[in-house]
Amino acid sequence: MIRDFSVNEFLAIVSGLKATVLLSLLAFAGGGLGGLLIALARTSQSAVLRSASAAFIDFFQGTPLLMQLFLVFYGLPVLGYHVNPWVAAGIGLTLHAGAFLGEIWRGGIQAVPRGQTEAAHALGLGYMARMRDVVLPQALRLSLAPTVGFLVQLIKGTSLAAVIGFVELSRSAQIISSTTYKPLQAYGLAGLCYFAICFPLSRFSAALERRYAAKT
Amino acid sequence: MTYQFDFGAVLEYWPQLAHGCALTLSMTLLSVLAGLTIGLLTMLAGRSRWRPLRLLAVGYIELVRNTPFLMQVLFLYFGLPQLGIGITPWPAAIIALSLNSGAFAAEIIRGGVEGIPRGQFEAGAALGLHPLQVLRFIVLKPAMRVIYPALSGQFVLLLLTSSIVSAISAEELTAVAQQIDTTTFRSFEIYIIATALYLLMALLFSQAFKAVERRAFSYPQK
Repeated sequence: MIRDFSVNEFLAIVSGLKATVLLSLLAFAGGGLGGLLIALARTSQSAVLRSASAAFIDFFQGTPLLMQLFLVFYGLPVLGYHVNPWVAAGIGLTLHAGAFLGEIWRGGIQAVPRGQTEAAHALGLGYMARMRDVVLPQALRLSLAPTVGFLVQLIKGTSLAAVIGFVELSRSAQIISSTTYKPLQAYGLAGLCYFAICFPLSRFSAALERRYAAKT
Repeated sequence: MTYQFDFGAVLEYWPQLAHGCALTLSMTLLSVLAGLTIGLLTMLAGRSRWRPLRLLAVGYIELVRNTPFLMQVLFLYFGLPQLGIGITPWPAAIIALSLNSGAFAAEIIRGGVEGIPRGQFEAGAALGLHPLQVLRFIVLKPAMRVIYPALSGQFVLLLLTSSIVSAISAEELTAVAQQIDTTTFRSFEIYIIATALYLLMALLFSQAFKAVERRAFSYPQK
């Protein structure tokens, strides 16, 4: 029995937005925390921390996100954890976001003039105070535009969670497409939903970039 | 922890894996070439004096850049037959990858061309060159040199993105890995190996781009 593409199907796809947004926020929050640690490790005095964080970043930037999700999804059960798609997708995307945000913020930290760190040293500030009160606020401002740009990439990346059985916007579209045989409408609608979120964010990122460029 | 790793069961399939790598590389290479061409044309369309053409270029770029590749490839592969256009997975994958990289390339190339001082364009026009000749003989090479790192990074990303076409069963490394997964049930091992192969290919790809950069842009900075 082939179903029509009616209001119900429309709503079924659009309701997938909720899981997409939640997963994106989860990964962005988790990745933000991880990314901060990675960025600090990347710019630390310790050679071990520096190379370990560099390897972490290289791995996540040099392999497909789809493979990263597969590794988490099939790897966690091997380590003895029972996983549901939320956990697998959440962990996979968090690690992915951590690596990318870490690299973006490393750039930000290194772009803060050396004099700032030296001045903080001269004032007798310790590492924590130096980072929290002097370097990081400036670094985060410098990297605001690419951070928002990466958020767009992350939201698009959550669509791959559909492949490991996570029901969100893309998976809803796949389900509706196969029950109605109307792939143009189903994928077109899901695409528009993504566009509705990502396009304003992209514009925001571009505006941030221009504002920053105008100041320097 | 009781899991026994068995890479042997998976490595038996190395001819298929090698074949998958070759398919991924050729798929990416084709899409890089097509994407560059599309990107260049889109950049030109975006600079056109004719407004509809400019809007078309912007619409294409924004639509592609703000939707997931998975949706693009599913839309193309399953949507075209609904319009009466039959298509097999491989061509669909190449078209989707080319259109995707074309949009990103267009933005990058536009940035490079806009970075060239106006005087260069004006000097070209003063010499009686056609705008396309100005682009070809004066602007393109220095612009390319500036954007080369961004452009090659984008194409390494395309190699990684190509894994997504396994969703329409286009044959490449990820699809091969999935086939091996369903026959051996050694999911973790096969994806570890496939991931390592992607990492290797990405490394190879960026080294190849660097080699080209050294040859093509070896002249001094100013």
